Amino acid sequence: MARVTLIDYGIGNLYSVQRALETCGAEVVLASDESGVEAAHHLVLPGVGAFSDGMRGLRERGLIEPLRRHADAGKPLLGICLGMQMLASVSEEFGEHLGIGLIPGRVTAVPSTNINGTPHKIPHIGWSALAQAPNADWHGTPLHDTAQGTAVYLVHSFQVSADRADHVLATCDYGGHAVTAAIGNGNVQGCQFHPEKSGPEGLRMLGAFLRMP
Amino acid sequence: MESDLANVRLIARLDIKGPNLIKGVHLEGLRVIGDPQEYARRYYEQCADELIYIDIVASLYGRSKLTEIVRRTAYDVFVPMTVGGGVRSVDDVRDLLRAGADKVAINTAAVRRPKLITEVARRFGSQCMVLSIEAKQQGPQQWEVYTDCGRERSGVDAIEWARRGVSLGAGEILVTSIDREGTRKGFDIDLTRAISQTVSVPVIASGGYGEPGHLRCVVDAGADAVAVADALHYDRTTLPQLRSAALASGIPVRRI
Repeated sequence: MARVTLIDYGIGNLYSVQRALETCGAEVVLASDESGVEAAHHLVLPGVGAFSDGMRGLRERGLIEPLRRHADAGKPLLGICLGMQMLASVSEEFGEHLGIGLIPGRVTAVPSTNINGTPHKIPHIGWSALAQAPNADWHGTPLHDTAQGTAVYLVHSFQVSADRADHVLATCDYGGHAVTAAIGNGNVQGCQFHPEKSGPEGLRMLGAFLRMP
Repeated sequence: MESDLANVRLIARLDIKGPNLIKGVHLEGLRVIGDPQEYARRYYEQCADELIYIDIVASLYGRSKLTEIVRRTAYDVFVPMTVGGGVRSVDDVRDLLRAGADKVAINTAAVRRPKLITEVARRFGSQCMVLSIEAKQQGPQQWEVYTDCGRERSGVDAIEWARRGVSLGAGEILVTSIDREGTRKGFDIDLTRAISQTVSVPVIASGGYGEPGHLRCVVDAGADAVAVADALHYDRTTLPQLRSAALASGIPVRRI
């Protein structure tokens, strides 16, 4: 049975992520310290809430360096929602805050108007269809078995603006804007949407993550 | 342009009393329907976009079995869950999120102590903090907020409260029309429109669904999501039928 480590740093709905991974056939281990992260092969960084709170939770537990070492060692890492945003270099949410810096880019606000300049609802909450980013290769990523146009559940006010276009795997349309939905840099993967709340299709994505070497 | 519109969410709403799924009219006259877990699982299999659990007596009688029901549901239901009823503190919110809820809906405690909205939004993010407004019409374009499950008048104007709630940190508003709830006469269109035009956050319309034509009206009034309860529980309609009806009337919804 695949074994996956879920980072518990004091925020978020861990139980749903845990149950989703278990439903994919994985044994889930919770880690909240350095040794827990060091023992991991497949590692999931979940999270909701404010960026600075999330980074503080990681820092207070001494998890930032172990996460970087995990990524440098080429082992699979999946960030979900805030967990994905923290993979970026820096966030603009409530001031500037440094991220873990595994995927170069900034966390920026989702535009508050649609492409015609009309205000639309923020946070962006709901199910949106995934579009493959130009030249993106979903092979060997959590989106390996996913069809273009599959709808996933998002709830967010910020998104990752990756420095490199080839780190963007998928986007969703919101008011005519292509909002970043999934990013990837080799073994380091992130999704803005919640696979654990995106029904059977979301579970399939977690299953594909568990099959990453 | 139609394709630029965000998908409207179709939400199954489950009102809870103790361990049971129940149904009322105007939030009263409760009738036991069955085991909420069983219905939640069915709605998940029918591709509900989201579930809402509201414990409708918790604010009157204190803590409930809600956390346990949420945990049992989250065991094998993998769509978002909004949970409310008797949520009074940041600790209550934490417990519900830990049990598998994604958002909490707060009505009574927020009316009594508006600062709670800010506390929850700061700790867990605005996206977790759904302001639940249960309103009764008092006159043309005028609605009053009721608390304690439709029993107590608050003297607060619903539209003004929506505006204030968002400024305090609410990330979404669940609007329940007490006048329409359980009547099958359609949603309160004017109330939904008035709130949707006032706030910048998503609005869930609840109370009054009777037939598919009611969806178009409430979406045109600005609802970002629609909650349906007893029509689903009593099998008068199903989520796939609602989804087809929505698509047929040009409402953008998730395509299954």
